[in-house]
Amino acid sequence: MSHVKINHVEKTFPGSKNTEPFTVFKDIDLQVAPGEFVSLLGPSGCGKSTLLNIVAGLDKATAGTVQVKEKTIQSPGPDRGVVFQEAALMPWMSVRENVEFALRKQHGKAESREKAEYYLKLVHLSKFMKSYPHELSGGMKQRVSIARALSMDPEVLLMDEPFGALDEQTRTMLHKEVQYIWEETNKTILFVTHNIRESILLSDRIVLMGTRPGGIRTIFDVDLPRPRDPASQGFADLEKDIMNVLEKEIEKVMREEMGDDFRNKKAGLLYSSNRNMGDHI
Amino acid sequence: MQRILVGFIIALLIGGFLGVLLGISKLADETLGSLVIALQSVPSIVWLPIALILFQGSPLAILFVVVLGATWPMTMNMRMGMKNVQPILLRAAKTMGYSGGELVWKVMIPAAIPNLLTGARLAWAFGWRALMAAELIGRGGLGRTLMDARDFFNMDLVVAIMVIIAAIGLIFEYFIFSKIERRVLSRWGLNTN
Ligand SMILES: Nc1ncnc2c1ncn2[C@@H]1O[C@H](COP(=O)(O)OP(=O)(O)OP(=O)(O)O)[C@@H](O)[C@H]1O
Ligand SMILES: [Mg+2]
Repeated sequence: MSHVKINHVEKTFPGSKNTEPFTVFKDIDLQVAPGEFVSLLGPSGCGKSTLLNIVAGLDKATAGTVQVKEKTIQSPGPDRGVVFQEAALMPWMSVRENVEFALRKQHGKAESREKAEYYLKLVHLSKFMKSYPHELSGGMKQRVSIARALSMDPEVLLMDEPFGALDEQTRTMLHKEVQYIWEETNKTILFVTHNIRESILLSDRIVLMGTRPGGIRTIFDVDLPRPRDPASQGFADLEKDIMNVLEKEIEKVMREEMGDDFRNKKAGLLYSSNRNMGDHI
Repeated sequence: MQRILVGFIIALLIGGFLGVLLGISKLADETLGSLVIALQSVPSIVWLPIALILFQGSPLAILFVVVLGATWPMTMNMRMGMKNVQPILLRAAKTMGYSGGELVWKVMIPAAIPNLLTGARLAWAFGWRALMAAELIGRGGLGRTLMDARDFFNMDLVVAIMVIIAAIGLIFEYFIFSKIERRVLSRWGLNTN
């Protein structure tokens, strides 16, 4: 029994006067088991965010359906918590009020407060409950955003490059935090990233997506023991495997976008696997 | 004094409501929006003759002019605020199960409060100018006293009243509004320093 079922999903943006209709991907099939941590990895523009937004209900699929716990998705809802690249906190609310805001839709006042405090403690932000978002660092804001999404006790947590805008150290710290939270809460997580290492470090499975035509290329099972060690042989081997497939995809994107100017046979030279590939494209 | 307060509050309510409407409804913005821009460019004192006829010279005429002067800046700023709400905030709220009117009330309007304040400050400034102009020509209030003083060639009184007018305007604009504004801006994290 799977928790999230993506069935033959297609997304086509309708063309306008000056643009052709554009099919981002079609026939996406993916099933995520309860408690599973799945990463979506792929070159910029392959539709990772689009797919995540469809699952979130913020975007409509052109064809196909998404089911979460047997229920077909029609609109956004608190059964799917979303963490965006920006923390998207309401600037006029304190940290605690931001989390309570997500809870008030379903819970009473006292209960909301209690839950908000519990989840802020989980992300180690008890001390900052009364602070306002502009008083927090980027990493702290993102932790509030994670607490807010978790507090609704969603069936699945959707994260779209949640650490993409953070520096290396903060990111490393948040990786630990996410692993801890995932183990604590047993949440099903769908995680979008550019970063190969990040995906190996965190996931049970890595779904590699490609462009033109957009779709799922390969799915890698990550059978390494946790906590994962980036210096281990298994880690490095998997990283190389993923890199090989990804290189081809990136090369294709670059050739499309740069046309004949692109002569570099080894696109991979441009990327270290720990970089955000999108930055270079 | 009472006239400007009443006029100001009415203008805030009408302007706030219109601004929200223009901000969330494309249809309203395309139809009413251009009308508001047109009305905004008419100095409100121009309405006084019509107002005097409409209200048959009653003090309501001055109130009417004050409201007309103050409403449009409030409307335009509120509209701006509603349009500039970060889409990501709305998307986030939707994922929590908020929709429709709740999004407007709980996300868009609070997010637009800094603009609302700018609108209110401008509304006050415009309303105050409209009031003085209307009182000079119409009857009553400081403006009336100012005209009387002139009629009696009482220059001291004229200057004194002008100082009072300036002082009242200043007190409101700089002490009350900028204080509130500073607090709100820092709460909203919009302080640049
Ligand atoms: N509103 C839209 N109208 C037309 N095309 C769009 C629209 N939104 C996205 N696209 C296209 O859909 C494709 C997928 O976009 P998406 O943001 O999902 O990519 P992504 O994989 O998340 O990329 P990144 O890694 O850079 O975030 C892109 O090629 C983009 O140009
Ligand atoms: Mg994206």
